[in-house]
Amino acid sequence: MNSTIMTEAAADLPEDSSTVRGTLAGTESQWQLIRRRFRQHRMARVSLYILILFAFCAVFANFLAPKDPLKVQARYTYAPPQGLHFIDRDENGDWSFRPHVYGYKVEVEPEALRRVFVIDPSKKIYLNWFVEGHEYKLLGLFPSNIHLFGPERKRDPLYLLGSDRLGRDMLSRLLLGTRISLSVGIVGVVLSLFFGVLIGGLAGFYGGWFDAVTQRTIEFLRSLPTIPLWMALASAMPSDWSPLRVYFVITLILSLLGWTELARVVRGRFLALKDEDYVAAALYDGASHIRVVMRHMVPAFTSHIITAASLAIPGMILAETALSFLGLGLQSPVVSWGVLLQEAQNIRVLATAPWLLAPGLAIVIAVLAMNFVGDGLRDAADPYAR
Amino acid sequence: MTLYLVRRLVTMLLTLLALSVVVFVVIQLPPGDFITSYIARLSGSGETIDQAVIDTLRERYQMDAPILAQYWAWLKGMLHGEFGYSFEMKLPVAQIFSERIGISLAVELLAVVVMWAVAIPIGIYSAVRQYSIGDYFATVIGFFGLAVPNFLFALVLMYICYVWFGVTITGLFSPEYMNAKWSLDRFLDFVQHVWAPVLVIATAGTAQLVRVLRANLLDELNKPYVLTARAKGLEKRKVIMRYPVRVAMNPLVSTIGWVLPTVISSSFVTAIVLNLPTLSPILLRALLSQDMYLAGALILFMGVLTMIGTLISDLLLAWIDPRIRLGMVGAN
Amino acid sequence: MSTSPEQPVLQVRKLSVDFPHKDGAFHAIESLNFDLLPGKTTCFVGESGSGKSVTARAIMNIVDPAIITQGSVTIIDRESQNSLELTSLDTDSEEIRAVRGARIAMIFQEPMSSLSPVHTIGQQIVEAILLHQDVNETEARKRAIEALKAVHIHSPERAVDRYPFEYSGGMRQRAMIAMAIACEPDILIADEPTTALDVTTQAEILLLIRELQRKRGMSVMFITHDMGVVAEIADDVAVMLNGRIVEHGPVDQIFHAPKHPYTRKLIDASLGLEQAAARPVPPRPDKPLIQIDDIRLQFGGHKSWFSKTVYGAVVALESVSLSLWPGEILGIVGESGSGKTSLGRVLMGRYKPVSGSAIYTDRQGRERDLTQAASFRDKQVYREIRMIFQDPYSSLNPRMTVEQIIAEPLRINGLASGNELRERVANLLERVGLSASMMERYPHAFSGGQRQRIGIARAIALEPRVIIADESTSALDGSVRAQILDLLLDLRDELGLSIIFIAHDIGVVRYLCDRVAVMHRGRVVETGLAHQVCDAPVDSYTQRLISAVPRPDPRQRGLRSA
Repeated sequence: MNSTIMTEAAADLPEDSSTVRGTLAGTESQWQLIRRRFRQHRMARVSLYILILFAFCAVFANFLAPKDPLKVQARYTYAPPQGLHFIDRDENGDWSFRPHVYGYKVEVEPEALRRVFVIDPSKKIYLNWFVEGHEYKLLGLFPSNIHLFGPERKRDPLYLLGSDRLGRDMLSRLLLGTRISLSVGIVGVVLSLFFGVLIGGLAGFYGGWFDAVTQRTIEFLRSLPTIPLWMALASAMPSDWSPLRVYFVITLILSLLGWTELARVVRGRFLALKDEDYVAAALYDGASHIRVVMRHMVPAFTSHIITAASLAIPGMILAETALSFLGLGLQSPVVSWGVLLQEAQNIRVLATAPWLLAPGLAIVIAVLAMNFVGDGLRDAADPYAR
Repeated sequence: MTLYLVRRLVTMLLTLLALSVVVFVVIQLPPGDFITSYIARLSGSGETIDQAVIDTLRERYQMDAPILAQYWAWLKGMLHGEFGYSFEMKLPVAQIFSERIGISLAVELLAVVVMWAVAIPIGIYSAVRQYSIGDYFATVIGFFGLAVPNFLFALVLMYICYVWFGVTITGLFSPEYMNAKWSLDRFLDFVQHVWAPVLVIATAGTAQLVRVLRANLLDELNKPYVLTARAKGLEKRKVIMRYPVRVAMNPLVSTIGWVLPTVISSSFVTAIVLNLPTLSPILLRALLSQDMYLAGALILFMGVLTMIGTLISDLLLAWIDPRIRLGMVGAN
Repeated sequence: MSTSPEQPVLQVRKLSVDFPHKDGAFHAIESLNFDLLPGKTTCFVGESGSGKSVTARAIMNIVDPAIITQGSVTIIDRESQNSLELTSLDTDSEEIRAVRGARIAMIFQEPMSSLSPVHTIGQQIVEAILLHQDVNETEARKRAIEALKAVHIHSPERAVDRYPFEYSGGMRQRAMIAMAIACEPDILIADEPTTALDVTTQAEILLLIRELQRKRGMSVMFITHDMGVVAEIADDVAVMLNGRIVEHGPVDQIFHAPKHPYTRKLIDASLGLEQAAARPVPPRPDKPLIQIDDIRLQFGGHKSWFSKTVYGAVVALESVSLSLWPGEILGIVGESGSGKTSLGRVLMGRYKPVSGSAIYTDRQGRERDLTQAASFRDKQVYREIRMIFQDPYSSLNPRMTVEQIIAEPLRINGLASGNELRERVANLLERVGLSASMMERYPHAFSGGQRQRIGIARAIALEPRVIIADESTSALDGSVRAQILDLLLDLRDELGLSIIFIAHDIGVVRYLCDRVAVMHRGRVVETGLAHQVCDAPVDSYTQRLISAVPRPDPRQRGLRSA
């Protein structure tokens, strides 16, 4: 009987002071604890703000875009980015705050005999807030033509991130692409979440042959090189489908192969929870299976599912980008980051217009931020782990 | 061990069968059978095709038979090494394979080797010197390795080499060696070109491997057996290499299971950006033109490669881990 | 400090170790002074965190990430009287490595994790021999086999090529000891080497260490928290508290004339349950509450712990027959793997036995067979037979407040709602000695003992007739455990409960139970009144089990060489 006498001496001290520490009166719920642990993860917090900014850009892409992302301007093909200037100096040498960019002039390279755009500091293009521009629907509902900023005269060129082969404004296209690319990731993950939770949950709950079949299927799908298979599926789409239909089928294809990880997480949590004493206790309380699952098991793994889902989004985005980049995913006129990068495939184009790589930067930042947020969530997901 | 091997082989055969079904379904996905659309396309561009050829093709793929018979005919052909005929390239698929397979494998294997050769020392260093400058550096690089898509990395590398150094890094051979026979010069030329694709393909995988190894090793470094070994009087460096590193290698070996599919996927995209003479651009072209028999054969082939790799990794794992060899725990 | 005429083999003076962290440093041990004498055993006792293990590691000079801030550790050669100071040496230098393993050897608590899982036992012993002795590999292997023979491992020639996972827990610890003694060290440091083992295995290991010590004249530094073990094996005892030695002396003096209040507390706590008097047997009605008859339970397809994969069924229970009488506390004792927990789960309908029956007579006098799923369908059995779990951490849903947890059975069975429910929860909390104001807190705000009280409140919420307590106090500290046991006794009297108390700890069973059933390898080997079984066991296994329990009194040493 002597096996733990030693610690008895400690019984006079507050037992297990570590469990009390930091939880004021111990009345914080699971989500309060998770939120607090997440906040302590600095990179994750910063990344979350970045993602919120991305999301804002995606939602208000049309409002933020100074130019029509689809409008072809043959006069300004491959126009380089204009620098943004804030301080204006007039002829008298007086300084004033007035955002502006410089216009272009065309020069002809003597050897290659091709036109290049050069920034012309003599042409000033002043920018105004809330200017009228192309028509769009705010949030897809309210028709509007007001844009956050734009050139004073509507027809003046404004290419803060340069223009592409057809003289379309990269900044505006990038903003629109953010909307599509992020939504592919989110919709794709929601779809895989549906398959994953359904299949993983059933496998974990019923076990037996269903579990065995699911396990083998998941192993099988994970052993395949995904990109070629995705591409094969994507390429089987008839070329006359509408962009919207293509968009949904592409997301479906991505989630078709992406649900395995989520199913694995759900199944694993289910099996682990089945052995928890408190689940047994609920059964012995006389609770029905439905009640045991909904009241005791589901709350215990929602945080894990959210984590797994948030870590799956960047994968989806990268996959969509790769597919579109190769010409097998979304197609013009739909604009996504991958579609934009398709313009930059050729080394010659790249050498003349390196700004076409800007969507790449957006991808890297978004994916990095998502990974950090996912990491932060993972660390915070189980506040009761000992 | 024998039992394990047999079980493993049977699983692999079943997996292959499943893969073949998936591939066949993919082949059948585009509306209308291939030959009909092929003829339509040809006649659209003004060419004609001999009815006899059409009939032979129809018969070979049993186009008019029920779907199961079609599958069986296709599978039988695959097993006999008759991979079919590329309508697009007007060449037997087998011939296209034999021309490009060596290069494909060389690039991919090289990438795998580089991944491991780089990841293992960095992973060990990061874990042993946790929170050192080097560890932070490796972590940051690792995060970028995970966040930068292969094709973007390839594009940026291409741009940098072209603009800053004036070097074009596309392809695997200089023009004069493109179709030459293998010789020392051609090999050296290959070496001069191959670093770029290998670098691109290996980066993401290396980053993941470093993460896995670092995490495993950090777990193992705190295990009591490390203390036991030190208490024996063994040098610290030897202790780390002989015990925790040895144990942490096991999960690393089992990562081959996903490393190979990743390498094949990323080499695919990279090869297209860098225009390598591997199987990948063929697959892309086949897919874009819906040349599904060629595409199907290629995908099946890639799947087989992956599975062989996974099998080797499992056997390797069983060989180095007595717990698996003696049937104590499963391979995963 | 013990005064012995003999020359010590190790002198520790003013030894201090700090764990540096961002705001200052944590003093793990401070200014320790002690000697280790050849052929003597010095026990170090203290609660976890008192610095026992750090002391052991400081002697070996392996404390990283901590640092030795001051003091000396001097090892003195028994023949030449040459001394060597260890703390000033570089922690990875050749001089100190020549000491580690060769002159000071160490064994640890968890033999499984202390051995490399991917090397054979032989490889690990041979490595130690090759490091310190000038022999070739064949000779080293021969010596490794001899070392295994010395620790009484059967057929050492074959065992030497086995992996640690092919060994049982006791054998692994023997192998650890073989590795430690392979180079014939002067000093053996044993850090809680028997804590993870069953009590009979513990007795074997203690005997082995003593035997080797006598043969080789080793000095043993034995770290433990178990006063029974201390009383059994120590020559000298050092009591540690918060990184300091608060009392140090011969074992008899420590137990029979302790000076420091902390020492006294340790000894009282270990004696507490020992001294419980036998209680009168409650009058026995004519019909048992639960009649278990000839139960056989097996699990199919499990793998055995030995080298070959076995796909046969594992028999967990074999012809188990028992009865629980109304109002009694029936103890079920056994070591790990004896089937005691499985028996409890059979009664809760979780496992279905192959054959046999467990007839429970419910409140209305109806007989229900607990081995049939149909008996549980109307949930009445769940209301009348309740369970208290072993682990107070995993048995409470961390995402529910205490109020929700205790209210759950009441709510599910539709017994109360709204304000009435709240009131009943408050009453239950007070009944188990907690304040009703704690209702809104989550389990993580409570200590182990408090959590176990919450678990008890949940169990008695439905006014049950039977409670099955599965190792319900084994995760608790001594005095907290005693309080919970007393709570159970009170509740039994007050609510007229019958309790099945499953435990591995004979002291607890003797204290709490009226009758005891001893289980061994799935069978009940002995049943009887608690004090009879504990004091005068009839069955040979029970005798071994009881005699293996160390008594916390050095004057009543019970371990005999086999």
